[in-house]
Amino acid sequence: MSTTSPSILPTTDPASEALLSVRDLHVHFPTQDGLVKAVNGLTFDLERGKTLGIVGESGSGKSVSSMAIMGLHRGTNAKLSGEIVLDGVNLLDISAEEMRKKRGREVSMIFQDPLSAMHPYYTVGNQIAEAYRVHHDVSRKVAKQRAVEMLDRVGIPNPDKRVNDYPHQFSGGMRQRAMIAMGLINDPNLLIADEPTTALDVTVQAQILDLLQDLQREFNSAVIIITHDLGVVAEMADDVLVMYAGRAVEYGPCKEILTHPEMPYTWGLLSSVPDLTGDTDARLIPIPGNPPSLLNPPSGCAFHPRCPHREKVPGDLCRTELPMLVPGQRGPMHTKRCHLPNADAIYAAEVLPVIAPDLAEEL
Amino acid sequence: MTNDTTNQDLAPEDAVAPRAGHGASVAPSGAKPILEVDQLRMYFPVKSPGLFRRTVGQVQAVDGVSFQVAEATSLGLVGESGCGKSTTGRLITRLYKPTAGAIRFEGQDIAQAKASELKPLRREIQMIFQDPYTSLNPRQTVGSIVGAPLAIHKTLPKDKILPRVQELLEIVGLNPEHYNRYPHEFSGGQRQRIGIARALTLQPKLLVADEPVSALDVSIQAQVINLLQDIQNEFGVAFLFIAHDLAIVRHFCPEIAVMYLGKIVEIGDRDSIYKNAHHPYTQALLSAVPDVKQAATGARIERIRLQGDVPSPIDPPSGCRFRTRCPIAQEICARHEPPLLQIGRRHKVACHFPGRLGQAPREPLTAGLLGVDAVGRPDPGASPSPDLVEQPGYADTWFDLDNKSIGRA
Repeated sequence: MSTTSPSILPTTDPASEALLSVRDLHVHFPTQDGLVKAVNGLTFDLERGKTLGIVGESGSGKSVSSMAIMGLHRGTNAKLSGEIVLDGVNLLDISAEEMRKKRGREVSMIFQDPLSAMHPYYTVGNQIAEAYRVHHDVSRKVAKQRAVEMLDRVGIPNPDKRVNDYPHQFSGGMRQRAMIAMGLINDPNLLIADEPTTALDVTVQAQILDLLQDLQREFNSAVIIITHDLGVVAEMADDVLVMYAGRAVEYGPCKEILTHPEMPYTWGLLSSVPDLTGDTDARLIPIPGNPPSLLNPPSGCAFHPRCPHREKVPGDLCRTELPMLVPGQRGPMHTKRCHLPNADAIYAAEVLPVIAPDLAEEL
Repeated sequence: MTNDTTNQDLAPEDAVAPRAGHGASVAPSGAKPILEVDQLRMYFPVKSPGLFRRTVGQVQAVDGVSFQVAEATSLGLVGESGCGKSTTGRLITRLYKPTAGAIRFEGQDIAQAKASELKPLRREIQMIFQDPYTSLNPRQTVGSIVGAPLAIHKTLPKDKILPRVQELLEIVGLNPEHYNRYPHEFSGGQRQRIGIARALTLQPKLLVADEPVSALDVSIQAQVINLLQDIQNEFGVAFLFIAHDLAIVRHFCPEIAVMYLGKIVEIGDRDSIYKNAHHPYTQALLSAVPDVKQAATGARIERIRLQGDVPSPIDPPSGCRFRTRCPIAQEICARHEPPLLQIGRRHKVACHFPGRLGQAPREPLTAGLLGVDAVGRPDPGASPSPDLVEQPGYADTWFDLDNKSIGRA
């Protein structure tokens, strides 16, 4: 099922500019209960120095697609198809050995829980230095010196002493800093951060987000930040990709998506989170129901059982036909997967007055 | 509904403030406290390794916390991990025995109560846990999980338990026919509803909710928050709402206490904390929250960068515990612990230099009260003010910082 074609992509010429270009990626897991379609036709581009935020609930396929980019589905029974082109090389075509050479060097990843992502038996310095020695033919001493430099760069005090500590001796924020040091030690072109701050406190989260932004500017890497927190996306991302049930449902520049969302799922995400200035007498508007099962996703638009605006689409189209990811009314950069014909008007008239009355008056 | 009427019997009608359709956001006015916590302390011993396991130190998890929770309202406890907010919740449900201090529930001190004295108390104070995956027994059906409190307390004959369980499942928005299913058959949000149903079974007057939504997906969080508000409106339950998400706490609780390293640094009603914060830690916490609307419209307030991590509660800093990360700390902060000073009708702050962001006073306001000079050395001419002992509630007079006078209610 080809739901996306290169002609409707936000970036005009993907081959020349984009560092990473994912084309029609499918990741399916055969299980005893049937085929789990975790990612279904995902397409996006990412330029050097830019940040893409991928937003979605658990089970929407955001982590699975980033693991596909890292080549972490190799050796499992996952079925991958499509293209993941990094710097002109399709990562799905190359051998496991070639992928191993790229992993950590050209693309690296920061995981959500730094305590379980680090080996408890090796010192932090050892693990960071190992990441360096895998890709550089240097002595242990040089690699350790480099690890100390990186720990210093990510803001760990007394790096020459802390390099010999074990992960459990670090606090949560410091562990995440060490993970970032490990991810950036080979100066990768692409850094994937999978919920990098979900396990952290707000003040530490702010430190880590600032650090990631500083380092991105310094190393000019492309960053994919996966999160469920729209606030984090709002601060970090240039582009936003909203995922639901394995598909991109809305994709465009960050500010555009947050101020003029055109897909009811994005509206739901925005309205279900209280903010620090909102009216406390207003009830939160949750998205009804639960995320769908990927074993047996709903027909047509996967969001239709939870969508409050289904009646506005004529002829039961939401239930029968999968909408294409096409540009909405706000130009070719902003694509959405929804049948609603006048989404922007509905948002301004019905959704915005409820979630942000002050913004609605300004418009 | 039967429990509606029983609950009204329990609650004296004059004490409950008139509630709008949306109870949680109404500030308590004149409602009498159902829970009063006074100078509560919990020190966990740190044992040395080896045969003799001597006590070599103490984790001062909660160190002198005082607050009140009024009937049918919510007090939010916020703070970073390790600040003692969960320990406070567990002390109030008496899952731990406090080292010192008093927990007065409806006037009765339960801090040192024995197990036999606690059993009737468990009907009144219940808890909702953070992780709906580990707080339900996977080998029991939903019916036996929710019905267990009724069987234990023998409040209903056995044949009446099932109808009551089904009624409870319906209240929390689950299908009552599902009483014979197991927890793994439910999604995360549904499991949290089961946990809420279990907590409601005995019609408690106080619910301690320890991060009730942080393990749930964003779209499900709002469902659970709305459910908790409906429960509060319908049954008049008071909540101690423990969370680290400042936006959710603001939405749910008319009164908020901010904790740092086992102490309350600022406590007050919603507007005092979120619009008029006087403690540098509260200000930093608020500025660190990523906000969709501010970022989308470009009106981002400058973020206060706190350096470093929270110090260890085994060996907390001297004086003010926040001083190691505080942008405005001075000499006096290392010498003296700031008292929790009432600076508004319902607003207390523990800082030597309380002020709005960027307007902190140059001279410590507390020096005169503590009987010291501006850098914290004992001042022979001044004597410490005798009435600095922290009260759980609010006094009728306070220090009005704007007018430099004493405010009166």
